[in-house]
Amino acid sequence: MSTGMISSAYIAASILFILSLGGLSGQETARRGNLFGILGMGLAIAVTVFTPKVGNYGLILGLMVLGGGIGAIVAARVQMTAMPQLVALLHSLVGLAAVLVSIGTYIDPDSNYIGVEKAIHEVEIFLGVLIGAVTFTGSVIAFGKLQGVIHSRPLMLPGRHVINILIGLACVWLGWIFVGADPLSGGMLVLLIATFLALLFGVHMVMAIGGADMPVVISMLNSYSGWAAAATGFMLSNDLLIVTGALVGSSGAILSYIMCRAMNRHFLSVILGGFGSTTTSASKDLGEATVIAIDATETAQLLGESRQVVIVPGYGMAVAHAQHPVSDLTRLLRDKGIKVRFAIHPVAGRMPGHMNVLLAEAKVPYDIVLEMDEINDELPDVDTVLVIGANDIVNPSAQEDPDGPIAGMPVLEVWKAETTIVLKRSMATGYAGVDNPLFYREKTRMLFGDAKDSMEQVLAELR
Amino acid sequence: MHIGIPKEIYPGERRVAVSPEVVSHLIKLGFDLSIEQEAGLPASFSDAAYQRAGASIEPDARTLWASSDIVLKVRAPSDHPLLGVQETTLLQPNTTLISFIWPDQNPELLGLMAASGASVLAMDAVPRISRAQKLDALSSMANIAGYRAVIEAASHFGRFFTGQVTAAGKVPPAKIMIIGAGVAGLAAIGAAGNMGAVVRAFDTRPEAKEQVESMGAEFLMLDFEEQGSGAGGYAKVMSEEFIAAEMALFAQQARELDIIITTALIPGKPAPRLITADMVASMKDGSVIVDLAAEQGGNCELTRPGEVALIEGVNVIGYTDLPSRMPAQSSQLYGTNIRYLLEDLCPGKDGQILLDMSDEVLRSMTVVQSGEITWPPPEIKVPVIPAKPKPDVQTQTGVTKTSGGNKKSGLIGLGIVIALIIAVGSVAPASFMNHFTVFILSIFVGWQVIWNVTPALHTPLMSVTNAISGIIVIGALLKINAEPVLVVVLAAVSLLIASINVCGGFLVTQKMLRMFRRDL
Repeated sequence: MSTGMISSAYIAASILFILSLGGLSGQETARRGNLFGILGMGLAIAVTVFTPKVGNYGLILGLMVLGGGIGAIVAARVQMTAMPQLVALLHSLVGLAAVLVSIGTYIDPDSNYIGVEKAIHEVEIFLGVLIGAVTFTGSVIAFGKLQGVIHSRPLMLPGRHVINILIGLACVWLGWIFVGADPLSGGMLVLLIATFLALLFGVHMVMAIGGADMPVVISMLNSYSGWAAAATGFMLSNDLLIVTGALVGSSGAILSYIMCRAMNRHFLSVILGGFGSTTTSASKDLGEATVIAIDATETAQLLGESRQVVIVPGYGMAVAHAQHPVSDLTRLLRDKGIKVRFAIHPVAGRMPGHMNVLLAEAKVPYDIVLEMDEINDELPDVDTVLVIGANDIVNPSAQEDPDGPIAGMPVLEVWKAETTIVLKRSMATGYAGVDNPLFYREKTRMLFGDAKDSMEQVLAELR
Repeated sequence: MHIGIPKEIYPGERRVAVSPEVVSHLIKLGFDLSIEQEAGLPASFSDAAYQRAGASIEPDARTLWASSDIVLKVRAPSDHPLLGVQETTLLQPNTTLISFIWPDQNPELLGLMAASGASVLAMDAVPRISRAQKLDALSSMANIAGYRAVIEAASHFGRFFTGQVTAAGKVPPAKIMIIGAGVAGLAAIGAAGNMGAVVRAFDTRPEAKEQVESMGAEFLMLDFEEQGSGAGGYAKVMSEEFIAAEMALFAQQARELDIIITTALIPGKPAPRLITADMVASMKDGSVIVDLAAEQGGNCELTRPGEVALIEGVNVIGYTDLPSRMPAQSSQLYGTNIRYLLEDLCPGKDGQILLDMSDEVLRSMTVVQSGEITWPPPEIKVPVIPAKPKPDVQTQTGVTKTSGGNKKSGLIGLGIVIALIIAVGSVAPASFMNHFTVFILSIFVGWQVIWNVTPALHTPLMSVTNAISGIIVIGALLKINAEPVLVVVLAAVSLLIASINVCGGFLVTQKMLRMFRRDL
């Protein structure tokens, strides 16, 4: 296949990838978008396989069938509640692949660059390895935290900022030595040390970040996996890799930005970790307050007598796997002529859009699932708000306590509704460690217990 | 334990201590209940309704009192007109009576109750702390009284509340002033506002302003520096200068008002005199004054407790039984307060009550314990919820600041990026610059495209970008035919894992997207 044809095929693939991402702008076009992505990938692989340099077809076919098979099985088996873990795991694979390809490229004697080009090439390799390694271990740790293998509490090493800075400086210094060094003598060793440091950095960075900041971490790792691919593209002078990497990289960056804005926190402060360490003074003025608990019967009554109900799901719904009873409840209430809608906070759950996927899985139609900005102004007209396993995202102190740790974070103003029912396991604080004054409001009722059990009881009462 | 609910015996009293709905909740707590025959009838609760809820009907009051471990009442015990005895003599030793008592006003009643050897909890002695709000029967009753005051005013006021423009001419809205923005005052503001009247309200406590305005009424400001907040969220006695300024305001308002509703009370003191005979005389004929403080002497000089007096063309309503005039509503709310109290008394939900005197709420409410007078209780020091700062303003300014900062830093960032690109271009060779151009443009395209993605699809976006970043297989493919075995091995491993990525990513995206469905 000629170079011209390869180039045009790569351009076509790039366009297909852009269309694929563009298709996700709406639910109607999303599936077609995914199809474009598959087409683009197929085209890119087919063209690459038939370039003159590539051979060893048996090995390629075997590995791709094996890898694809594993991927297909994982995709078929995964629970929607476990999506964040899966995404983290997939990120780690991209990171690892980037590291391996970069190292492979470095030891491949085939490359014949000289002068500035050689220096640039080596910088590219170095960056590819660093980004890939951070992505790899960072994602593995994120996976562990989401899966519950590693405790999701932030790990606070003493002097962790110093450690980070030292690792960063060491990498810059190693990069300086690496550029121009001979691959066979010192260069390889330097690269391996740098890889090791980057791996360590990935672990340390994500260990210091707590569970509910995961939406930011996952988006960030998504972004890194893109940059890793782009770095590989530079290294191999392959424009398709560069384009795709840049697309993915900016996508992840935007998602991280959206998530940070939804928590009113700076990206850097999330990445540096340790949310919750300064918030012990938060539980003031609430010592005297008590909550009003209700049971499933009364919840059913309140819901049955409402004209408008809004359901606010949080990570607790995912943990309890309560999305199916919630969906049944929605259907039941809507059959009774009650207007039911969902309000989704951007950082509800452990990854961007987590709640939407869970609700979609439970067959909740997406046009009654609204974003925070779409529904916040209407909450005062709502009769009953059902908060399922959410805490910080409905905390009024974000608006009322200007010195509080979550001050200024945009929140769902559920306390403006006629009645708010909060489903909760216990009175524990949310991720931010902030006491939630919502629970003590006169209009708030607490329904304690496992969200799934509670929902099923309410369902039984309503039937 | 057995709960008995006698019929109220106070003349004209239509309330009953529990509604049938509350009965069913109490039975869930493990109690069994008897209610005196026709006790709920004036409140429109039939004996049959109570029976359906699980209570038994007891025709004889004496038997009911004798057989009950807990007696629930609304009014404090008084002389029974049919049996000819004081109700306290019916109270058995080691039982519990829960009702309104007013221990400060009825010291001799305390002695009578103590003599019976029973324990007595006063529903009017609930401390004003947030934990005890659900028990606060006074607030429940005040709420009803405030609402009913507006209804009474409306029925004595010969005009519309709401302004109208009709074919027969224009009707101005009624102008109402409500003095005292406590629970009753706020309820009155709400009811009057809902009926379309122009509502103004006055209170000596500055923190009331926000509450009044949140109910949609105008807060009448007094140009005077003095705080009227006393202990427990109630008002306190004000200085003479303040009262003079206040009276001047009322006198000026009275001339143009149609209706005045007064709810000013200071705990343990006679009601302050706020509306003088002169002010009443200055009001238009047909105006109405409702005095919710009539029982404590009245806020208006001319109020006759329990009556409606027509004075100088103004109806002065001095009913002291407004909650009892809405018996079904007040019985339901009072009953619910009682239910929450019994829930606190019976933590085991086993039908046994435990009077825990270390609980400050129960301690405050207990006026007699097993024949010993425990009134007054030790004082609870409770900080009143302070006037809230204006959170909205602060957060808003905070937000605008950051967004302004973002814009500025965005511009600076753009400048830096352009400068960097030029700097790179000045040293890098042409081959690199080609790739670099592609790279920058792609970031830009990605930036434009991704902002259009609906937040609902952010998870599919992540999985699809994940699949796409599996494009790194190409890197692996290009190296798989290289010379050194090590490179081939590395490439092979990358190929394998990147394939997992591509396949898994796309398939899981497909799986997710298939689940998103529209409402049919």
